[in-house]
Amino acid sequence: MVHISVTVDGAQTQHDVEPRLLLVHYLRERVGKVGTPVGCDTSNCGACTVLLDGKSVKSCSVLAVQADGSEITTIEGLANGEWHPVQSAFKECHALQCGYCTPGMIMASVDLLNSNPSPSEEEIRAGLEGNLCRCTGYQNIVKAVQTAAAQGGAR
Amino acid sequence: MIPAAFDYVRAGSVDEAVRVLGERGEDAKVLAGGQSLIPLLRLRLSYPEVVVDVGRVEEMHGVREDGEHLVIGAMTTHAEVIDSDLVRTHCGLLSEATETVADPAVRHRGTFGGSLAHADPAGDLPAVALALDAEFVIAGSGGRRTVPAQGFFVDYLQTAVGADEVLVEVRLPKLGAGWGHRYEKFHRVAQSWAIVGVAAVVHRSNGSIDQARIGLTNMGPTPLRASAVEQALSGADVSGIGAAAEHAADDTSPASDLGGAADYRQHLARVLTRRAVSAAAGG
Ligand SMILES: Cc1cc2nc3c(=O)[nH]c(=O)nc-3n(C[C@H](O)[C@H](O)[C@H](O)COP(=O)(O)OP(=O)(O)OC[C@H]3O[C@@H](n4cnc5c(N)ncnc54)[C@H](O)[C@@H]3O)c2cc1C
Ligand code: FES
Ligand code: FES
Repeated sequence: MVHISVTVDGAQTQHDVEPRLLLVHYLRERVGKVGTPVGCDTSNCGACTVLLDGKSVKSCSVLAVQADGSEITTIEGLANGEWHPVQSAFKECHALQCGYCTPGMIMASVDLLNSNPSPSEEEIRAGLEGNLCRCTGYQNIVKAVQTAAAQGGAR
Repeated sequence: MIPAAFDYVRAGSVDEAVRVLGERGEDAKVLAGGQSLIPLLRLRLSYPEVVVDVGRVEEMHGVREDGEHLVIGAMTTHAEVIDSDLVRTHCGLLSEATETVADPAVRHRGTFGGSLAHADPAGDLPAVALALDAEFVIAGSGGRRTVPAQGFFVDYLQTAVGADEVLVEVRLPKLGAGWGHRYEKFHRVAQSWAIVGVAAVVHRSNGSIDQARIGLTNMGPTPLRASAVEQALSGADVSGIGAAAEHAADDTSPASDLGGAADYRQHLARVLTRRAVSAAAGG
């Protein structure tokens, strides 16, 4: 067991974990942040995307021990009294159907807008290339990111 | 999927990592960004008894200048390479190729050194390292040694880095005035690996090509230099690029797999080499 201390959505957490524990399982099963789903479990789909020290990572491809001392933001930590502009834009633009990819899509979009507040359509598509959606055909997801950007989505 | 159990050591220095690797040898694995190793652990294709995490070894991070070389720490992430002005100015081929690797989230974790040490035949950066004439600084119990690019990639997923060694940093000669570059990657969808890739740097003087170095991705179990093309280009002007590129598949033995048949890959190598060299020569 290794003792780790991680800030998750603003709250300090400490646990003894097995080195083989994946960050996504740590978040879901130890911290109770079930908003972050596991999609492919092969590092491809991006459903499990969270921010680690402000940058997007696939939490199925990080060990919990690697996150020791870091700050994690999951989809559950994004709203701050009211929805994050990217969350609102996904709702307004109908950017989801089954919703399975949505937590990861939103976290990847937030990361994109933080580094590039007004991306072109091409930059949005490239910025979300690691996130797969089986339902929407991506069109409305791109629109949602454009809408969030127009509303100052980088926050 | 859950990896098999392993012990975990977070190394504080290169020396500490080397010491643990020396003690545990074949049972140990270095963990860098984990973007290749963690998927393998999860699939239980790899099941080390101890994982030595070099992620926080200060010395292995970042890009610095050393005279006519750039020195890139093995733990420098793909995202940091892309953001580095030094890399863009002096080794633009690496910036360009790294932008095509995986996706933003993988690039936040995956590292330059990890890609080279892993040496996947479809990985983009090994061929880039060949074209840039990289030197690899490897630490082991006997101290440090420097291995040239031509001696680094030994076989499929196998490099000059021994089981008890750590790749510390990579030295790249700066490309000065007169050099152009291009990475041509052929893949079917965004985020996917190369079916074939071609990394070219070309130097021109007085209108003709006097030096070219070309690395091939996924044209065999290791990355390759397209030596026959390089020779044919020497002294040629841009009108000679098409004929020279016809040699791109000489002495290659690419795999046939779901990405494409061997003869298709050889065709791609010729086409992509023509495009990459033309772009690098500015013609
Ligand atoms: C979805 C996805 C798509 C990808 N697409 C591409 C792509 O298009 N092109 C591409 O090139 N790559 C791609 N990759 C791979 C990515 O570039 C990885 O970052 C890289 O292969 C490994 O780097 P890492 O730092 O994650 O290494 P790790 O996974 O930590 O390590 C990989 C191997 O190298 C060894 N190793 C690592 N660092 C050292 C060191 N310093 N000294 C000694 N041994 C070391 C480890 O022991 C391990 O065996 C992709 C990965 C994913 C998950
Ligand atoms: S579950 Fe992590 S990338 Fe698909
Ligand atoms: S909304 Fe169903 S996978 Fe994206």
